[in-house]
Amino acid sequence: MTVHEPSLPEEWELVVGLEVHVELATKTKLFCGCENKFSHIPNTLTCPTCVGLPGSLPVMNEKAVEFAMRLGRALGCDIHPSVMARKNYFYPDMAKDFQTTQYDQPTNADGQLALADGTVVGIERAHIEEDAGKTTHVGGGGRINDATYSLVDYNRAGVPLVEIVSRPDIRTVEHAKAYVSELRDILLAIEVSDAKMEEGSMRVDANVSVRPTGSDELRTRCELKNINSVRSLGRAIEYEARRHVDLYTSGEAPRQETRHWDEEGGRSTAGRSKEDADDYRYFQEPDLVPLAPTAAQIAEIDASMPVLPAARRARLGERSSVADEVIVTVVERGQDGLALGAIEAGADADKVLTRIQNDLAVDDWSAVTSESLAMLIQMETGGELTATQAKQVLGEMAAGEHGGDPKAIAAAHGFEAMESDELETLVDQLIVDHPDEWSRFVGGDDGDSKKMQGFFTGQIMKATQGQADGRAVAQLLGQKSAG
Amino acid sequence: MSALDLASAVRSGERSAVDVIDEHLARIDARDGEINAFNLVTADAAREAAAAIDAAVASGKDPGPLAGVPIAIKDNMCTTGVATTCSSKILEGWEPPYDATVVQRVVAAGAVMVGKTNLDEFAMGSSTENSAFGPTKNPLDTTRVPGGSSGGSAAAVAADFAPLSLGSDTGGSIRQPAAFCGLVGMKPTYGAVSRSGLIAFGSSLDQIGPFSKTVAESAALLEAIGGHDPLDSTSIDQPAFDLTSVLDRGVEGMRIGILRELSGGEGGVEGLSADVIARTNEAAAALEKAGATVVEVSVPSATLGLSAYYLVAPAEASSNLSRFDGVRYGLRVDASTTGEMMTATRTAGFGPEVKRRIMLGTYALSAGYYDAFYGKALKVRTMMLQEFASVYAEVDLLLTPTAPTTAFPLGDRTADPMTMYVNDVCTIPSNLVGHPAISVPFGVGDDGLPVGVQLLGPALSEPTIYQAAAALEAAAPGEGSLS
Amino acid sequence: MEWSGAVSLGAMTQRITRDEVVHVARLARLSLSDAEIDEFTGQLGDILEHAADIEALDVGDVEPTSHPLPMVNVLRPDELRPALDRDLLLSQAPDAEDGQFRVPPILGEEP
Repeated sequence: MTVHEPSLPEEWELVVGLEVHVELATKTKLFCGCENKFSHIPNTLTCPTCVGLPGSLPVMNEKAVEFAMRLGRALGCDIHPSVMARKNYFYPDMAKDFQTTQYDQPTNADGQLALADGTVVGIERAHIEEDAGKTTHVGGGGRINDATYSLVDYNRAGVPLVEIVSRPDIRTVEHAKAYVSELRDILLAIEVSDAKMEEGSMRVDANVSVRPTGSDELRTRCELKNINSVRSLGRAIEYEARRHVDLYTSGEAPRQETRHWDEEGGRSTAGRSKEDADDYRYFQEPDLVPLAPTAAQIAEIDASMPVLPAARRARLGERSSVADEVIVTVVERGQDGLALGAIEAGADADKVLTRIQNDLAVDDWSAVTSESLAMLIQMETGGELTATQAKQVLGEMAAGEHGGDPKAIAAAHGFEAMESDELETLVDQLIVDHPDEWSRFVGGDDGDSKKMQGFFTGQIMKATQGQADGRAVAQLLGQKSAG
Repeated sequence: MSALDLASAVRSGERSAVDVIDEHLARIDARDGEINAFNLVTADAAREAAAAIDAAVASGKDPGPLAGVPIAIKDNMCTTGVATTCSSKILEGWEPPYDATVVQRVVAAGAVMVGKTNLDEFAMGSSTENSAFGPTKNPLDTTRVPGGSSGGSAAAVAADFAPLSLGSDTGGSIRQPAAFCGLVGMKPTYGAVSRSGLIAFGSSLDQIGPFSKTVAESAALLEAIGGHDPLDSTSIDQPAFDLTSVLDRGVEGMRIGILRELSGGEGGVEGLSADVIARTNEAAAALEKAGATVVEVSVPSATLGLSAYYLVAPAEASSNLSRFDGVRYGLRVDASTTGEMMTATRTAGFGPEVKRRIMLGTYALSAGYYDAFYGKALKVRTMMLQEFASVYAEVDLLLTPTAPTTAFPLGDRTADPMTMYVNDVCTIPSNLVGHPAISVPFGVGDDGLPVGVQLLGPALSEPTIYQAAAALEAAAPGEGSLS
Repeated sequence: MEWSGAVSLGAMTQRITRDEVVHVARLARLSLSDAEIDEFTGQLGDILEHAADIEALDVGDVEPTSHPLPMVNVLRPDELRPALDRDLLLSQAPDAEDGQFRVPPILGEEP
């Protein structure tokens, strides 16, 4: 097996478009009143409609349509009058042997998604469709082609999906990953999906091709399926792009096909070529009538739209001078509202954000309020708490100790910053006890001096059980060495 | 005894419902071996239901307007726990877990189902010879076909097995057998009667409607089954019709157009027999005599109906019938892979006419042919809608023959599909535009068999249609001589 | 897969070829004998010949009508309805195992 380099030679450029399927978090399925949830007990969330029993008919879920339009608007799409269509193909997990989807008249079209670094990726469409059931392959190690038989569960059949199709605007693996993260953040912000890639409520297929750098042609693309995480998306795209480059440089060309990403093997494999050659015989679904959202409905959706991640990042960026990654993380975790409140309550913005990024990476931080966080930061900046103590107090605030009150927590631990003369006495004693280290600190080269500063700081922290203020220590050591 | 007389006798306690049912079951027993109207006679369930009606009457409860009236249900409508086959081997033995809405409604009205009636397989045919369970014979002349596809439902009423029955009409499947069997047969406005639980043939064309001997019974049954159903997205959101109260209003002042293209006029469809045209003209004269104004009108695109229908209906059917794949219900023919199993099942389970239409529809939708055939056919529907709209600005209703001829001999048209298809030439336009149309017996042909004439009206003109149908019935020659 | 129907479309002699019939049968999951292929080639050709009146129409600016009803936005509230009893559902299955529908091995990828 060839070992591929992680990046493309510079004479080749990556061209990627992503197709993301998102399960909508409605209570019921798209066309029937069966519950839309995951169940380990097969075929218990079914009815005549989602099992495709003869005579059953679909009726559209208004919430699914609303969620789809909300997603469309969050992606800057125009909302159009739309119709459902039938995509005809035979497969046992597709209960009617056609998928009800949108074809030439999708609900959402022509949007864009701005990545955190400002790159804009075009959205071609975001259309409504139904999910299929699930097949399990029995025997032959569970692999489809070696199985002795398969089992079909229709619990997932008819779950509402939106498929978001990007334009082939993505040029780097990082941007592909950033696109998926950004999209997930938006989905969470507008509360239309739980967007969990690992659980399949968000599924990403990548259309990958390459072209000579500087050209604007679109070469043969391959569609990669079975990508289960953002990390695996990056690996899959890198692998596939290298495969294309290798083919072109050896005088061959890739075939347009669907390929499966094998995460364990770190490679993509061709699917069997389809006999039906994509002849899906689309036509308008006669059992459903068109969707024609009114201007008032669209205005209502726009009015109820929360502030989206890009705007939330900008909001924090204007108020602070921390690195972009800090803001990205805080917004991603949905802690930007907390941060903003603390900043507006008067706490130092940079300190608030770095403290949250470093010390509030927990699932449940609901006990921390903007007010209590602002108080904590002010205690820290006011010298009442050292950095180490502040970190510990925040942890206990999140755990809900002492009603989340930072003052009560600090008091319970007896935390109070040391007076500076106490600290000075301690430093003087240490200089006496460690003369060699001291002279290396004062006279050594930069590296050695730094090392010794670390030594002394460590000793002081040890002696004070972390209660000394790190900055005050550094300041004191500096004064002593200069003096 | 008419359905209405029976119901009032049962409601008043004058007759027991069990007695009524037994009387009809006895007739079925005596003669259905010859006629083959039923795929299944539900004698025990019928007696049970009748006993419940009697109990309701005895305890002073309202047993419904159709209390104790035997009704036959076409075997393409779902009945809980009662085999529903579409007269196809592929569904033989299938017991639906739910009732069609119309079945619930007739039961709620007090009617008692006596059995499931034979049809052309999946309602594809005009003679009921395409049934996997053998042809149905015309009770008026058992060497003749009863028409189709609802031939079993028509024969059941004509043979007095039940005073009422339900059929479905995609291109004439209620009206043409009604004409052949000397009955009143109504195809309501598309969306006036729920399709939930009707096993689909052509979803944008299918509509359920009543068979009966008289216009008044037809009106009563349509009142019982009509009205909005939230389970059918194409159900019109309005209350059930009030029809029985308008029957005696006459046609004084009504404007009725003879539709030239479908009534033997120049440039119209060919193949209408002279006796049928003569009866249609006599019907027009009778309406005129009763006070209506009769004029000749033209809908040029009506001549294109047959071609458009034989593209649209098979296209929708090809998709609707995909679900019969051996996975979830019905027939399975085993094979070593799922794909082969599906093909083997469908090949063994469908009869030749169904295969022919699936083939035609698949072709019409397939890549490269959609625009030339299916797409064009949809545009013909638009033209027809526009032309009908301008005609209905001039007249209230239209008059045409129902079928080109009287009932033809069994086996006469089975060799060449086109000779069978032209049977629907007069009935198809109403399905393509979704308008209501009724067939009313009006005299006999040269062979002594009944002729039906058809009244067409714009969407939701059922009250006007029934009003005129009652007048036509009153003026019909030799009324009652055939039954 | 090659199927050359498009070029024969305008021809009056053969509306549909044998190869097209075979292709369509495969799309529709039907297996036809040689005799049936011949029969369907002829019969479908006749029907399409009849449809030549439509094919020849100049309907460029006419909008298609998929549906006779001018209805839009028929929606249901997002409310639960009871599920079907699983045993009842599976009682109609040709083959079932562990609460699921059982089928022979599925070869080939999902379309």
